[in-house]
Amino acid sequence: MNMANVISKDERSKISIKNLDFYYGKFRALKDINLDIPENKVTAFIGPSGCGKSTLLRVFNRMFELYPEQRAEGEVILDGENLLTSKKDVALLRAKVGMVFQKPTPFPMSIFDNIAFGVKLFENLNTSDMEERVEWALRKAALWNEVKDKLQQNGSSLSGGQQQRLCIARGVAIKPEVLLLDEPCSALDPISTAKVEELIIELKADYTVVIVTHNMQQAARCSDYTAYMYLGDMIEFGATEQIFFKPNRQETEDYITGRFG
Amino acid sequence: MSDKHLSTQFDSELNSVSSQMMELGGLVEVQIHQAIYALSQFSVDVANQVTAAETKVNAMEVDIDREISSIIARRQPTARDLRLLIAISKSTANLERVGDEAEKIARMVRRIIQSGAPRALPSLELRVASDMASGLLRKALDAFARLDTSAALAILKEDDFIDKEFDGFVRKLITYMMEDPRMISPSLDLLFLAKAIERIGDHAKNIAELIIYIVKGADVRHTPLDQIESVLK
Repeated sequence: MNMANVISKDERSKISIKNLDFYYGKFRALKDINLDIPENKVTAFIGPSGCGKSTLLRVFNRMFELYPEQRAEGEVILDGENLLTSKKDVALLRAKVGMVFQKPTPFPMSIFDNIAFGVKLFENLNTSDMEERVEWALRKAALWNEVKDKLQQNGSSLSGGQQQRLCIARGVAIKPEVLLLDEPCSALDPISTAKVEELIIELKADYTVVIVTHNMQQAARCSDYTAYMYLGDMIEFGATEQIFFKPNRQETEDYITGRFG
Repeated sequence: MSDKHLSTQFDSELNSVSSQMMELGGLVEVQIHQAIYALSQFSVDVANQVTAAETKVNAMEVDIDREISSIIARRQPTARDLRLLIAISKSTANLERVGDEAEKIARMVRRIIQSGAPRALPSLELRVASDMASGLLRKALDAFARLDTSAALAILKEDDFIDKEFDGFVRKLITYMMEDPRMISPSLDLLFLAKAIERIGDHAKNIAELIIYIVKGADVRHTPLDQIESVLK
């Protein structure tokens, strides 16, 4: 199945994945993945545990390189350049492709500094510009009204949902182009989840968002495209509405209707 | 049609709502047969039985829809489960309407009998159309139970015959009315009755379209037959 033809003609591909294989030592965790991630859309990866969805996400910002026994083969083209073979500083790539993890990971510093920390690495802003940037990021993450009077408090003093939105704010503060979200709501209550989902939908105006989720309803609610993966294979990729209403592949239908196992 | 979910409870909920719909279908079929019998025999008693069954049909429709709402609220069904539930809900509404048509036939039969002119009317000529309509509903329910799209397609084609029968019958009635103006009032009752039979065929057709919706995910309402055939290929 040619997954490259799924996105509609007026949409641009932000990340183009071609013949991607991924290995944990000798174990082949991704098998010949071909996929186009559309720009300014939300793309969700779903599939059972161990299907490779988080692995694929971690290829997009070369997070896997932290572990020497892991390697990726093939092409992952971001803005015309294969990021797997790029000689550019990986920190610059990660500034362009931000990531938010399953558990909120605020730095042990103030709310303000949590946001400013990353910005300082890439930009030299004066105090008022930095204040402006922090406010902007917190507003983007729908957190500003809740924290504007306590910016000097420690980030970990916030609730789980607020911490996760703080991490999203930290991610958007450095103005990335792509935002990777790995199970961003699995530790959150329904209200915080709803806020993060609202945020995801708003963020796509400026960013390309890729989300990995175990919660299929979440993928159905907030993504434009959905990819179903199983045992390292990309089984089906399509418009979210189509995947949840009439998927083309029996395997996809079995999974999303709960017939899997 | 809904087996093998990880949740066996979900399976049994879907099976339960499917079989309730089939039960409703059976009830409505009996209503039609009784209505046709009442017409052919001019039997007020049998016509009254049709009317009496309506309360039960209405209550079943409400029950089925309540159960579907509950499944949707608790299970958030997707793909074929979602399509199945939507189709059952719509088919149930169609079946309830068939029950209404049967009741309408029963009512007209009583009025024709009261008018005192039953034997002079060409009511036997409705036999073909009424048998066709009830047969079509039977086939639609069978095809639904088996999710058989080729049977569904055959039903869509057959409904055209009923429509043609109806047109022919209307022409005959007009002749009757022109020959004897005293027959106009009972003839109009018979016309409404014929229309009710024709509507039963339409409801069977709607159910057949819903079978294609479940299996293929395609909405084939208001679609020419040749296009429907290409969807099924």
